Amino acid sequence: MSRIFTINMSRLELLSPEGLRIDGRRANELRKLTAKTGVLSQADGSAYIEQGNTKCLAAVYGPREVRHKMNMLHDRAIINVEFNMAPFSTAERKKRSKNDKQVSKSVLGIITFEPVIKTTLYPRSQIDIYLQILQHDGGDLQACINAATLALIDAGLPMIDYVCACTAGSIDKEPIVDLNHVEESSDSPELTVAILPKTGKVNLLQMESRLHVDNFESVANLASEGCENIYQILDQVIRDRTKGLLKQMKQ
Amino acid sequence: MQVQFLSPVPPPPPEPQEEDGDVSMVDGESVGINPVTPGQAIATDTQGHGTYLEGSTVHSSVAGMIDRVNKLISVRPLKTRYNAEIGDIVVGRITEVAQSRWKVDVNGRQDAVLMLSSVNLPGGVQRRKSESDQLQMRTFFSEGDLLVGEVQSFYADGATALQTRTLKYCKLRNGTFTCVPPALVQRCKSHFHTLPCGVDVILGLNGYIWVSKTTEKLPKGVEGRAAEEVEAEMAYSNKNEPITDHERETIARVSNCIAALARRFMYINDSIIVYAYEASLGFAVSDLLQLQVIRAITQEASAKAAMS
Repeated sequence: MSRIFTINMSRLELLSPEGLRIDGRRANELRKLTAKTGVLSQADGSAYIEQGNTKCLAAVYGPREVRHKMNMLHDRAIINVEFNMAPFSTAERKKRSKNDKQVSKSVLGIITFEPVIKTTLYPRSQIDIYLQILQHDGGDLQACINAATLALIDAGLPMIDYVCACTAGSIDKEPIVDLNHVEESSDSPELTVAILPKTGKVNLLQMESRLHVDNFESVANLASEGCENIYQILDQVIRDRTKGLLKQMKQ
Repeated sequence: MQVQFLSPVPPPPPEPQEEDGDVSMVDGESVGINPVTPGQAIATDTQGHGTYLEGSTVHSSVAGMIDRVNKLISVRPLKTRYNAEIGDIVVGRITEVAQSRWKVDVNGRQDAVLMLSSVNLPGGVQRRKSESDQLQMRTFFSEGDLLVGEVQSFYADGATALQTRTLKYCKLRNGTFTCVPPALVQRCKSHFHTLPCGVDVILGLNGYIWVSKTTEKLPKGVEGRAAEEVEAEMAYSNKNEPITDHERETIARVSNCIAALARRFMYINDSIIVYAYEASLGFAVSDLLQLQVIRAITQEASAKAAMS
C-alpha cells in the first residue's frame, strides 16, 4: 500500500513503475461494470449502472404528449435530457443548483442519442431521459450514456444500435482507460468517446483538456476498445433481462 | 399510512440453454426463446415494425422477440407504450378540454382525441350537438375524469380518435385505477368482467385497469322516463354510490392482486385475476404488496391457471 501513496515531486504517483494504476488496475483494464434494467416501476424504461464506484440511475419516459406545445415537431419526436448530480454523490456534500456544466452534459446527451433513436416514428411526441449520478468517482458522462442506452432499450424505443461510452486518458504518455476520480482530477487529459459498436461509428468525442496530437490516436483507440468491451456487458444484461421477462410471461 | 420501499428484484438467473434444443441459428437469425437486441442483423426479408433496413439486411431496432408472417419480419419489444388499434377498448384520463374535443391520456405516444360529436349526450341518442353543448363540455367530462371508450380511427399524424357512443362506454366511478404494462393485457372477446367476488373489472388494452363496485341494472323507466335516458344521464355522473367497507376492501384486494401480477410480469386476464384473488384470501390486503406475498400468490395463481 505504501507504494500507492508515494509522493513523487509533490504529486501522487498515478502509474507505478510496474505499470499498475492507483487502484491496482492495468493501463488497459476497465473497472467492474454491473448493470440492471427495469428498476423503476413508474418509468417506461429505467436502468441502474455501476462502473467502479460511479453509480448512475437513468429513467426514460415516453414517447408521450409534448409538454410545451411550442417545442413540438411535426415530423419527429423531441428528446429531452436532464442530467443531475445528487448532493451526496461527491466527497463533500454540496447542494448544486442547475449550472452550466449540468446543462452542457444534458446537451451532450441530446446530441448523442438524437441520431440513434428513430424519432421519425413518433411525430409530435416527446422522449424524456432523466439521469442521476448517485455516486461520483470519475467518468460520470460515460456512465450516464451507458445507463441511458439501457433505459431506452428497456422502454422499447427503436434504436439503430447501442451507444457505448468509455473514457481514456494518458499519464506520462502512457494511455489509460476508464479514469477514476483521482486520475481525472490530476492534470492528465481525459477523452470521452461514445461509439455505435455494430458499425464502429463514433457518436461523441469530448475532451476539455489538451492532449498532444501524437498521443491522440492511441488514446482514442483505447477508449473505443473499452466501448467494445462495455457493449458486450450491456448486451448480456439486456438479453438476460429479456429472457427473464419472457419466462415470466410464459408462466 | 405506512409507506414501504421495496428493493428492486433482479430477474431470475437465466437457465443454461439446452444444446440446439429450442434455439436454431439460420443465417445469423435466431428463432425460439432467443431474444434479439438493437442493431442485430436478423434476415434479408421484408422489414416490419421494430426493424430497420441497412443495405439489404434487416436489423432489429428493439430488444424483444421475432414475429414472422411469411416474408414479413418484425420484432416485438416486451415493454412499450400502447399502440392503438381500431376497436380496442381503452381506459383513459381527460387531460385537456379543447374546442369541441377532449384530449385523453391513453398511455400512448400522444394524447387521444375524443370529439364532442362522438359521445352520447343525455336527452336522446341521435341529437345534434349545439353550441350550448360546446360551452358546457366540462359538465360531461372535465380534466382528471376517467372514462372507458373505444378506438374509432386514426388521424393522419397517428393520433387516436376515441368514441363513447354506446351505453357501456361512460365515465368511471365507484372504483380504483391501476396501471400495468400494456403488453400484459391481451385482446379477448370481452374486456368488461364481473368477478365472482362482486367487483367489476375493465381491462383496458392500453394497460389502464379500472376495478369498481358491481352496478346493478337500473330499474326500467324511473318516473316515467325511458331507461336509456336515465342511463345516459348516469353516464356523466360524478357522484359515487354508497360503497360499504366490505366492498372497498374487495376492490382494494383485486387491485393489489393485479398490481402483484403486473410486478411479476404475468399476463392479466379475468381468470388469472380470480385465481390470484383466491390465493390472496389468506393475507391481509395491506400485505399484498410485499415481495414474499406477491411471489406466493402469483405462483399459486399460475399453478391453478396451468391446471385448468
